[in-house]
Amino acid sequence: MDYSRHEHDVLVIGSGGAGLRAAIEASAAGASVGLVCKSLLGKAHTVMAEGGMAAALANVDERDKWETHFADTMRGGQYLNNWRMAEIHAKESPDRVHELEEWGAVFDRTKEGKILQRNFGGHAHPRLAHVGDRTGLEMIRTLQDHGVHRGFDDYQECTITRLLKDGDRVVGAFGYDRENGQLRVFHAGAVILATGGLGRAFKVTSNSWECTGDGHSLGYRAGAELIDMEFIQFHPTGMVWPPSVRGILVTEGVRGEGGALKNSEGRRFMFDDIPPLYTNQTADTPEEGWRYVIGDRDARRPAELLTRDHVARCIVREVKEGRGSPHGGVFLDIAWIKDKVPNGAEHIKRKLPAMYHQFKTLAGIDITEEPMEVGPTTHYAMGGLRVDADSQMTAVPGLFAAGECAAGLHGANRLGGNSLSDLVVFGKRAGEYAAAYVNENGRGTVSEAQIEDAHREAMAPLEREDQSGGAGPYAVQFELQDMMQEKVGIVREEKTLAEAVEDIAALARTAEGIGVMGDRNFNPGWHTALDLRHLLSNSEACARAALARKESRGAHSRIDFPEKDKEWGGFTVVLQQDSEGNMEVRRDPLPPVRGDLQKIIEEQG
Amino acid sequence: MATAKFKIWRGDASGGEFKEYETELTEGMVVLDAVHQVQAEQAHDLAVRWNCKAGKCGSCSAEVNGQPKLLCMTRLGDLNTDEPITIEPIKAFPLMKDLVTDVSWNYEVKKRIRPFKPRAPDFEDGSWKMHQSDVDRVQEFRKCIECFLCQDVCHVLREHHMHDDFIGPRYLVYNAALEMHPLDTEDRREDLRKSQGIGLCNITKCCTKVCPESITITDNAIIPLKERVVDQAYDPLRKLVQLVTGRGK
Ligand SMILES: Cc1cc2nc3c(=O)[nH]c(=O)nc-3n(C[C@H](O)[C@H](O)[C@H](O)COP(=O)(O)OP(=O)(O)OC[C@H]3O[C@@H](n4cnc5c(N)ncnc54)[C@H](O)[C@@H]3O)c2cc1C
Ligand code: SF4
Ligand code: SF4
Ligand code: FES
Repeated sequence: MDYSRHEHDVLVIGSGGAGLRAAIEASAAGASVGLVCKSLLGKAHTVMAEGGMAAALANVDERDKWETHFADTMRGGQYLNNWRMAEIHAKESPDRVHELEEWGAVFDRTKEGKILQRNFGGHAHPRLAHVGDRTGLEMIRTLQDHGVHRGFDDYQECTITRLLKDGDRVVGAFGYDRENGQLRVFHAGAVILATGGLGRAFKVTSNSWECTGDGHSLGYRAGAELIDMEFIQFHPTGMVWPPSVRGILVTEGVRGEGGALKNSEGRRFMFDDIPPLYTNQTADTPEEGWRYVIGDRDARRPAELLTRDHVARCIVREVKEGRGSPHGGVFLDIAWIKDKVPNGAEHIKRKLPAMYHQFKTLAGIDITEEPMEVGPTTHYAMGGLRVDADSQMTAVPGLFAAGECAAGLHGANRLGGNSLSDLVVFGKRAGEYAAAYVNENGRGTVSEAQIEDAHREAMAPLEREDQSGGAGPYAVQFELQDMMQEKVGIVREEKTLAEAVEDIAALARTAEGIGVMGDRNFNPGWHTALDLRHLLSNSEACARAALARKESRGAHSRIDFPEKDKEWGGFTVVLQQDSEGNMEVRRDPLPPVRGDLQKIIEEQG
Repeated sequence: MATAKFKIWRGDASGGEFKEYETELTEGMVVLDAVHQVQAEQAHDLAVRWNCKAGKCGSCSAEVNGQPKLLCMTRLGDLNTDEPITIEPIKAFPLMKDLVTDVSWNYEVKKRIRPFKPRAPDFEDGSWKMHQSDVDRVQEFRKCIECFLCQDVCHVLREHHMHDDFIGPRYLVYNAALEMHPLDTEDRREDLRKSQGIGLCNITKCCTKVCPESITITDNAIIPLKERVVDQAYDPLRKLVQLVTGRGK
């Protein structure tokens, strides 16, 4: 077999915010670290994050504190969150923001010269540290530029296809270089999955080709548990026109800066439907909402800044009831604030430069003059690998997960801005605990038989005769995406979910017979065929979990069970591979919230 | 349905040729969409880099009808689709396959540049005081998405292949972002002059013209850096002061 072999204490898979932060921390702890990623360094999905990073710095509103951030996160997640993660996250994110500044990040500033914070849905105070609408770029570049001097080895454009085990524990991974198909075996005492989301399972998505949820499925296949897989965040505002850009994100920052959602009748429909959990915190009128945007501390948030799950559903309703925009969305208007602020057009361009550029170039629309057309787009996976809150280790010894591929912090719905902070808070912890784990447990050994098996699996699409009837990997992927969009999308029901499970099984059989054209040199056909396995397994997890949860809560909404169910509020849906390789679905009771934290939740109600 | 023809470079380091493909057009389509359509329907192994499809990651750089562009931000509506559209890889770096080049040199160059070194924090919580007006310029430079289109058009790299002597406009911008960072205490001027070849830039401004982030590379980054470097190199009095006080800037 032709493979090269690499030895490390800690192997980090993924170089988004979570992976980079983990690699930096593990290196700082003295571990020898390898960092693997499918794209070039600095191009991971994190680069696309726009609006900001949530942390209770209290720079704009001094009333903010970690307790409020904690309570907001729990409320946003409909109390399915892992409360310990929510606590750690709220307490540690301010330090992680300051640390980025220490490493060279340049956030937008307040008049007093501190880090500026902006409003976002579900956050009680202006809380998101940001750089215009390109915060993710600032984060990834800062971590990358700091990281390259920390001495870890990077393996760019290398895809991991399998985790390697020694008994119960994970001791490495197998992968190939995208450039030339060279195969690699990584032997490491601990592996951190930081592979991001799985938005490519759906047709309309803000996610890049990389987001096939590899870590979710690699971890699952190695024995780890997946939780909360029914909760897929459909961001309310993606572009809807022209067709080729459908799904590309329009940052929530637009609404944070005062953007109004309107239907074809010009009505700000969000004010018509405010959920009971949020009535106390939401403005009664657009006028009060605007006062909030410009910093009136007695005013309450505009209804556009309700949580994403709710806003997305309201948009779907408007469209369905015939009050949508010409291309099947609704209008998002930021131009209206021109009458309210001096130099309105300039103000908008300065606050939202990337959005201005994006609409101008891709849709031919000047957002300082005209409203945008927007509709929901698949955005974020709340579900993922279940981890220990403090250490980020999964149920499989030596296997850690951080960032979007880990689950728990966000519960049934993530608040905007809570992902970027999640990445660095828990990326750091994963790096620290993984290094400590190796110190204690050594590196273990990798068996030749497993390597052979992984080798065979990776080469199969190139070596086998095509039995898919020429469908090829792209056609299967498109079919899966169409099906998931239709049957496991924003509104769900028993019948179609059950069909989805069947459809996925059928597509998986087709996928197993795909033979691809070309050779091992930078061959996207081959890569797509291998990624498909992950997409299929994650789609199955998502559909099965959605089928199991017979209620509507957060991002999961069922037309056959339209209400929240008190009993279901106490359970997490868990998916794990059984000894026959089948996906087992079970529900685990949620542990009770610690007394002092419960008190905070009640006080902040 | 209207269609358009594309001549796409197919091949690797050992050689290759333009192959012609025809594919359907839809409203608002960008060049990357056309490449993906060809890939899905006719050439599964056609190699192209992309991630964000929104001009944010800088992966999809290539030359469209000879112009250095991000494939995802170039609308077909802005091109003449009556003629075949040529799409080829960028030229300043070695070809890997089809539209993908080996840009690893850029990552090596960055490692050689002295990292950010901040002064001690201003506040107890480890933070600093900086005003928006102090950081506007640096923020302009930090918009860079590392697409390397500026590297592609700079004649020092593209035509004269002076990759050993010159770091290229991208890394001059990077140096400028560090040097003009209000908190930074490092001094990179000697490196710029001696090993990074700032003198090789003769201010043709080709880099500025292609930057998809509209960074004013030449006027705002390179020229001020050149001035700083000259000040340091030819101002004996300042040199003496530096020697005595040990202060870099
Ligand atoms: C358009 C957009 C805007 C957003 N804006 C915000 C925002 O303003 N605030 C916020 O908090 N959140 C935002 N989010 C969400 C947030 O950006 C993501 O959740 C987050 O960046 C995920 O980071 P990560 O480190 O977990 O993974 P990613 O950044 O997705 O990185 C995953 C890494 O894993 C690698 N990888 C994956 N599979 C493999 C494999 N098999 N082998 C090797 N490597 C692999 C990839 O190459 C990549 O390096 C936004 C998301 C989108 C799409
Ligand atoms: S201005 Fe300088 S760096 Fe830019 S293209 Fe011309 S020579 Fe190269
Ligand atoms: S400076 Fe502009 S052209 Fe050069 S790499 Fe950065 S974004 Fe691209
Ligand atoms: S795909 Fe990201 S810039 Fe084009």
